[in-house]
Amino acid sequence: MNKKKKGSSIPKWAWLLISFATAMCLWYLLSINPKTARSFPNLVETIKAISTMMERGVFWSDISSSLISVAAGFAIGFILSLPTAVLMAWYAPVRNIIEPWIQFIRNIPPLAYVPLVVISAGVGRRPQIIVITIATFLIMTVTIYQGVINVDETLIKAARVLGATDKDIFLKVIAPATLPFIITAVRLGSSTALTTLIAAESTGAIAGLGMRIRSLNNSFETPPMLLYIIIIGIIGMIFEKFVKFLERRFTGWQEKRDV
Amino acid sequence: MAREERRVKVKIDNVRKVFDTRNGEMIALNGVNLDIMENEFICVVGPSGCGKSTLLNIIAGLSEPSSGKVICDGKEVVGTGTERGVVFQQYALFPWLTVKKNVMFGLKLKGMKDNEAEAIAMKYIKMVQLEDFVNHYPKELSGGMKQRVAIARAYAVNPSILLMDEPFGALDAQTRTQLQTELLDTWEKEQKTCFFITHDVDEAIILAQKVIIMSARPGRIKEIVDINIPYPRTQETKMIPEFLELKNHIWSQVYQEYLEVRK
Repeated sequence: MNKKKKGSSIPKWAWLLISFATAMCLWYLLSINPKTARSFPNLVETIKAISTMMERGVFWSDISSSLISVAAGFAIGFILSLPTAVLMAWYAPVRNIIEPWIQFIRNIPPLAYVPLVVISAGVGRRPQIIVITIATFLIMTVTIYQGVINVDETLIKAARVLGATDKDIFLKVIAPATLPFIITAVRLGSSTALTTLIAAESTGAIAGLGMRIRSLNNSFETPPMLLYIIIIGIIGMIFEKFVKFLERRFTGWQEKRDV
Repeated sequence: MAREERRVKVKIDNVRKVFDTRNGEMIALNGVNLDIMENEFICVVGPSGCGKSTLLNIIAGLSEPSSGKVICDGKEVVGTGTERGVVFQQYALFPWLTVKKNVMFGLKLKGMKDNEAEAIAMKYIKMVQLEDFVNHYPKELSGGMKQRVAIARAYAVNPSILLMDEPFGALDAQTRTQLQTELLDTWEKEQKTCFFITHDVDEAIILAQKVIIMSARPGRIKEIVDINIPYPRTQETKMIPEFLELKNHIWSQVYQEYLEVRK
């Protein structure tokens, strides 16, 4: 609501442009500084890497492979986390049994248990999806669970006195009231999926952005490495924009929140 | 209208409510007996912690008495029912629904068709003078407007008794008096029984036909004061000697209880 901030006379797109230009300058400086030049090849070289990787026939397959793993792992994680979170919130035994373990596993970096997954699930797509599913499931379960237990008690009472049954309460009060948390869960889940991807592809993947960065490391090919890192960043930003869109579309009724 | 001829709407029969707390049992209500007559306007006053809200929740069916019972229209109260509407102090509007959809909420639960529900909702939205805000979300409304929506929502499902738990407690003085006037108007038009909790003695006297003074620890009815000031009552009513006398009396009773609680 308070749109009056300092610098509001400069339009948003102009700020974006300034920010972009600043980053480009910084990049250029890094690319000419002898100490950092090897890690930061300049813009032209980095863009050239696109055609290098295309010629090798891996550019699109790396991107699509990673996206498929991220999408599948995220989707399964989301589908599992919804009922788990609701059951945890509604039934104390479920909560008491599951919650300590969710907290326990959540703090272990996925990279640590990737080898174990590979030993059982083999190499290829399957372990990647499993690892992403685990990571996204944990973070999304915790977030949605918080949402369900935070539903304002008086809203439930208000619905009850208006004649709502348990089913009505669930569908017409708890579900919409939890929606902002579900969207937050989607945001955290999608970024977790992406960060976990590198770990998930670390063992035995045949394609993928994370796997490629590691293999390029062996040949010190920094331009395509930097290119791939930037691509991961761009994918993350696209996810973020999509979640922002969902937020505006479905939770515009919320009080406060202005970022 | 002689009260003897009126029907008992709600009978509160020897209600006792005990809560288990960390410090052992806490008796919230003990031996509460009260007859609420049809179309009557009752206000309950008392210090905080005297069990006013507990009593309201028991009548609403949101809470069960530990012993005793509440009989509404000859039937024992078990759970909530749409014949008993509730207005909460914290408005309790669904923030994801517009004003109109909020008022329609209970009607839709009854299985009413959209256009039918909408017509009824609009009638009550007009009653609370919010026809210019039908498509606004609760966050876009002031406190007074939110409470008007909550009142319209409660009326829309056509309850025969309205239970109000300090509905104007969070509002500023002007809005409060305005809503009091509006509520009295509506009460006279709609002829619904009102059970209204407040800690504001002025508010109780201006609204009610009967003021129930409750005492704390354990909560019970201390005194029932008949308010024989004729309706319509306005803000000028607060100046007449009768009003001031009643106010003095009720206030001193409540204050005594307040001192008891502080001990």
